[in-house]
Amino acid sequence: MADTPATTASVSGRTRGMGELIDIAGKVTEIAPFGHTLAALASERPEIVGLTADMGRYSDILPFRDAHPTRFFNVGMAEQNLIMTAAGLAKTGKIAYCTTYSVFITRRAYDFVALACAHSMANVKIFAGMPGLVNGYGATHQATEDLNMMRGIADLTIIDPCDATELKQVVRAVADIPGTVYVRNLRGKVPVELGPDYVFEVGKAKVLRPGREVGIISAGYMTARALDAAKAAKDRGVDAGVLHVGTIKPFDAKSVIEFAKRFDRVIVAENHKTSGGLASLVVEALYDAGIVKPMIKIGLVDSFFECGSQEYLEAKYGVDTPRFLRAIVDGQ
Amino acid sequence: MTILNHPPSSPDLTALASRALNLRRKMMNMASGKGEGYIAQGLGMADCLATLYFHEMRYDPQDPEWKGRDRFVLSTGHYSIAMYAVLAEAGIIREDELSSYGLNGSRLPMSTFDDTPGVEMVGGSLGHGLGQAVGMAMGLRLDGSPARVFCEFSDGELQEGSTWEAAMGGATFKCDNLVALIDCNGIQADGPVTVKIEPVADKLTAFGWETVEINGNSIEELVQALASSRNPNGKPKAIVMRTTPGFGIPTVMARDRAHFVRIDNSEWTALIEELETHNG
Repeated sequence: MADTPATTASVSGRTRGMGELIDIAGKVTEIAPFGHTLAALASERPEIVGLTADMGRYSDILPFRDAHPTRFFNVGMAEQNLIMTAAGLAKTGKIAYCTTYSVFITRRAYDFVALACAHSMANVKIFAGMPGLVNGYGATHQATEDLNMMRGIADLTIIDPCDATELKQVVRAVADIPGTVYVRNLRGKVPVELGPDYVFEVGKAKVLRPGREVGIISAGYMTARALDAAKAAKDRGVDAGVLHVGTIKPFDAKSVIEFAKRFDRVIVAENHKTSGGLASLVVEALYDAGIVKPMIKIGLVDSFFECGSQEYLEAKYGVDTPRFLRAIVDGQ
Repeated sequence: MTILNHPPSSPDLTALASRALNLRRKMMNMASGKGEGYIAQGLGMADCLATLYFHEMRYDPQDPEWKGRDRFVLSTGHYSIAMYAVLAEAGIIREDELSSYGLNGSRLPMSTFDDTPGVEMVGGSLGHGLGQAVGMAMGLRLDGSPARVFCEFSDGELQEGSTWEAAMGGATFKCDNLVALIDCNGIQADGPVTVKIEPVADKLTAFGWETVEINGNSIEELVQALASSRNPNGKPKAIVMRTTPGFGIPTVMARDRAHFVRIDNSEWTALIEELETHNG
């Protein structure tokens, strides 16, 4: 894990293009971990095909296209067709990796993900870019309710990776997960947060930091923020644990319950609205187990969000490091 | 392994007409006594399905999952009654199973599920078929398979934008192993086709498809159109079929509201008799 405490990038105030992740000083990053891993994997697995809906450049699939041009298809700005075509390819024995932005998959192609893919357990792996608040384009491009929508679909696996280390493992792992998988893709320069010993297992939440006083349950890149915040909080005398829920569905309720039991209070953090996503899943799991704990939800309110730089938006909507520290240290 | 129609035999129009009549009989028997159903569309499609399954398509009734099979994608899942009739006629499902059509726990639901042997796609949410057929055609070509994909969809489905997305894709990816069978029967749920979609053939031609327009209740025209669809010229093929809802039973053909036909219990026997007399 990176040792440097989180600070915001020196280039502040700039609205970054097309969902580039925020640069954080001192963080090691990898360029396009999805595309490079897929290109390598496809050399071993001839049944892999790759598709995009006019978002090849912006969803990191170009390394795959360059390595395997005959197995790459750009269907144009047609997300319904992206998913239908992928389903058809899957039904002839292919593993179809699809890319575009999360919003276009979830809001526009929902029926096709549900019926053409999930209902048939079609071997379609959707790498959905720019999940949550990762961009400066406003509500048209911010998938802040995608987990809520997608968890409503039966027989669909949903993965929200933390960083480049996990994402690379996910790209490989999903090839062997039966059926349709929705992955919140991290594109561009993706930070390396987790150590080389981290092992992604579908459906398993992982304790990344044991902690004693407060337990953070988080998903996606918010886990990286949680780890940074937990380190900063340690300097202020509060020992926070971190449980990373890399798989949203199937949800690892058992690990969440075991983890939450150990703490007097719990923080749930996600790059998504606090309704319908991870926080809702945690509450359901704990309630079913008869556990009631003081809980702070770090995530987005039920709203549409404005355009702006990543730093501006995160501060404005209360999903940045200071917000974490208030929750961990001050219990607010 | 018993692969049917390989290579395509010379057409026996009389035998195919007899198969089509069998399909209509099966559909009427399945629907009989239920009081309602998508009979009209099924009767209208019987000639196409008979020609496809007993002349043009390659498949193995003993092994519906045979990798080298031609695919038939039924996009209009509510035509399931026609699908089951042809699957039974082809020997892919058992004849006696047809009586379970639409019953609780049946493998033959009112709208098609792909766990029924011989059914390639979950149908019923309209506008899904052509895109999946394009993907299947691309996948088969990647494997170097000579198999083809036949995709039925209806004129009403051309109101779904996803069908046009798929039409563009099929032409862009040069799916000449794909044949669209468009059931232009002029009806949809609320009555006659509501939003202007004609001229269907001209539109698909403009989209890059090789298109022919035929009487979808003429087995002779169907045989010819399917033969020309084998041309590997880089273009997907569209057969625009003008069909008559209820074809084969004049009383059903004469119904104004033919999309979802309601039939009094007393009428079934008379309609089945009419089918035999009319086609005798």
